[in-house]
Amino acid sequence: MPNVTLTVDGTQVTVPKGTTVVEAAWKAGAFVPTLCHDPELSKPGACRICVVEVKGARNLVASCVTEAVEGMEVQTSTPAVIEARKTILELMLDNHPEDCLTCHQAGDCKLQDYAYFYNVKPGAFGGESHQYELEDDNLFIVRNMNKCILCGKCLRACEEKQGRAVIDFAYRGFKTKVTTALDQPLADSVCVSCGSCVAVCPTGALTEKAMLGKARKWEIEKIRTTCPFCGVGCNLDLNVKGGKILGATSNPASPTNGRDLCVKGRFGIDYVHSPKRLTKPLIKKNGAFVESSWDEALDLVATKLGEIKNKFGSDAIAALSSARCTNEDNYVMQKFVRAGIGTNNVDHCART
Amino acid sequence: MTNSFADYLNTDLFFVIGSNPTEAHPMAGAKIMSSLMNGTKLIVADPRRIELADKADIFLQLRPGTDIPLLNGLMHIIIKENLHDQKFIEERTEGIEDLKAAVEKFTPARVSEMTGVPENLLYDAARLYATTSKAMLCYTLGITEHICGVDNVMSVANLAMLTGHLGREGTGVNPQRGQNNVQGACDMGALPGDYPGYQKVVNPEVQAKFEKAWGVKLSNQPGLTIPDMMDAAVEGKLKAMYILGEDPVLTDPDANHIKKALQSMDFVVVQELFMSETAKFADVILPGASFTEKDGTFTSSERRVQRVRKAIEPIGDTRPDWWIVCEVAKRMGYPMAYAHPEEIFNELASLTPSYGGITYDRIEHCGLQWPCPTVDHPGTPILHTKAFARGKGLFKAIDHTPPAEMPDEEYPYLLSTGRILYHYNVTTRYSSALDAHRPEEAAMIHPADAVMLGVGTGDTVQVTSRRGSVKTKVAVTDKVQSGMIWMSFHYRETPTNELTVNAFDPISKTGEYKVAAVRIEKTSPM
Repeated sequence: MPNVTLTVDGTQVTVPKGTTVVEAAWKAGAFVPTLCHDPELSKPGACRICVVEVKGARNLVASCVTEAVEGMEVQTSTPAVIEARKTILELMLDNHPEDCLTCHQAGDCKLQDYAYFYNVKPGAFGGESHQYELEDDNLFIVRNMNKCILCGKCLRACEEKQGRAVIDFAYRGFKTKVTTALDQPLADSVCVSCGSCVAVCPTGALTEKAMLGKARKWEIEKIRTTCPFCGVGCNLDLNVKGGKILGATSNPASPTNGRDLCVKGRFGIDYVHSPKRLTKPLIKKNGAFVESSWDEALDLVATKLGEIKNKFGSDAIAALSSARCTNEDNYVMQKFVRAGIGTNNVDHCART
Repeated sequence: MTNSFADYLNTDLFFVIGSNPTEAHPMAGAKIMSSLMNGTKLIVADPRRIELADKADIFLQLRPGTDIPLLNGLMHIIIKENLHDQKFIEERTEGIEDLKAAVEKFTPARVSEMTGVPENLLYDAARLYATTSKAMLCYTLGITEHICGVDNVMSVANLAMLTGHLGREGTGVNPQRGQNNVQGACDMGALPGDYPGYQKVVNPEVQAKFEKAWGVKLSNQPGLTIPDMMDAAVEGKLKAMYILGEDPVLTDPDANHIKKALQSMDFVVVQELFMSETAKFADVILPGASFTEKDGTFTSSERRVQRVRKAIEPIGDTRPDWWIVCEVAKRMGYPMAYAHPEEIFNELASLTPSYGGITYDRIEHCGLQWPCPTVDHPGTPILHTKAFARGKGLFKAIDHTPPAEMPDEEYPYLLSTGRILYHYNVTTRYSSALDAHRPEEAAMIHPADAVMLGVGTGDTVQVTSRRGSVKTKVAVTDKVQSGMIWMSFHYRETPTNELTVNAFDPISKTGEYKVAAVRIEKTSPM
């Protein structure tokens, strides 16, 4: 593919033809904020926070929807650019709850970050603000439409990544809102609660219900792992605080699924902390299970299996390994059955 | 899968048969759904009007258990209309004459009668699949869970080979695997006839290799499959069973037979996270650590070996499964000592040629798709690009095998089973949100049958087969054909597998979960 060379804040940068100005600017090391832009989604050029000056252009251009061309001269932080960005942020903050102290998204919120960076405070215009009810109707996702900045990433992820288009913009002008068809609650819509909308939301408008109020973003340790709920092999991040898993979030670096997951992977991992987990070895005595030590249980298993092997032969023993356990668990199990017991009676549910 | 999930975005046509990906493999389903928005075409063959059926260009709503007539019928049309890939057939396959002879009698008229699919749709589907250069076949358990499951799979392979839809980007035969690590468990030799990497226990060279590696004499007799184990237990030949992370009482066909097998044995050990229906039959229960509490790897449908990482300490007094098994082995006089799962992985990779080049370091970020025989091998996203495992792809002549048990006067309804979006076999019942969202079975019945039975959505019925009887709530929907009831197997309160038939494919020993005969009666609420 042919390349083009342009200058960004005086720095020359060469990018493949077709690259947007914002991507070229980032490559050149410039800071350009974005809210509606997403590298994996279509580009509406809606929020205008990414405006830059391009030599010869009549107005500031939205860098996320402008193609970088040969010889282009881009300025990313002129007074006009800064003023435009500040005004956009002032307009957004004027209709945004002053809720950063208790907002779940604090610390991982683009609006907060940019307001900080450009030192923009709420109340510049003193205009009207939305007073939507918190949408807490379903089991998985909480929607606070007062915090929505109408970037539209949620509805594009729903349509373009999940192929569903459950939500879209409704109403007009100031009343514009992201809703389901006929503005019904999510729980009454055809939403399948995959949470891809939550994954792309740049503010606190969409949050995972189970994680709300459980941890500040900076307290969470994210451990990447592979989902246990089907054979697709999605990766996800376990969100851990204080030795407890609070929930799961998607990880853009996941090879198969990127930031997308399904309802089970994103919202079902809490089974790990179910109070119904077995936590002690159990031995059945007189028809009832009694807690035991590991030594007692393991010795009993080894003794009983040994007795049966001696009396009836190795082939009188069989084992089921598990399609839910790791490769390492399965390898060890079949090795134990073959080498330790002396039979090939090992199978798992691949066939059942 | 011969191809990869990333390749789903490169195809021009999906042919989805016996698979409900938007529920059972949701991210695979999402890739299909989003591809459709970009103009990719879709053929769906399924007895139920599944979600993808409503999005399909062609929907073949076949009768349960008629996959072979359908596939043979499509191949009949493709051959008659000369739409097959002659070059691919000549260069890459053998046995085409056998196939031609076998499908000759599957005329569109006859196939339409057998499957219930209108003739014109058979023509449309055959032509579209054969003439689309990048066409991808996807199947799942709707193909395999029949007494003719192996023949069904071979028929799918016949169709792909006949049209040359293999070994290239955007094509292939792609079974999406049901369990998170069913691919890995097979790869690791949790199979009665196979050591890790599908090396056969009957092969003396392989036996010698593992005897040397493991320092012990090994048996060259293939072991028992699960159905054979259960039969042997009932017959008193099998005395003890060690069950790791499986709940056959809830998930294997003919649950009452499974219970009888477990009761017949002298000693049953169950290693589990929860008090499963199977664990209740145990003499000893060993509490395992969940996937969040241990390190390791899973291998996905696309043969991608990926890391599982320990995020928290084992809950309570639980232990990683590998540790528990090693402790039992040690106490039986066969020491197996590993300090960390990575040591186990390195050992298994050294003995499994397809994993030979995989290390934890190499799979840190994106995993690797086997075959990956050497440390400088990049992995294999697409199989069979130049040759098949046996060299030339062999066409198999396959005839129709009707299901083991079909509805009759006494049991007039056809029961088919599967998975729903909000649950994964068993563990999801312990997720508070998922269980609250879908707390009970909602058996799907057709509106016409609902009228006959005098029930509406939310009412309770008794479903009875020759093997058992369960209560369930119903959901009235035209997504199922009239005369059919569809149930999931997730709920211990409605143990659907007490109804399913104890009949298996003779080669794969896979149960016929997709067809059983039942009767349905309205009953008092649950």
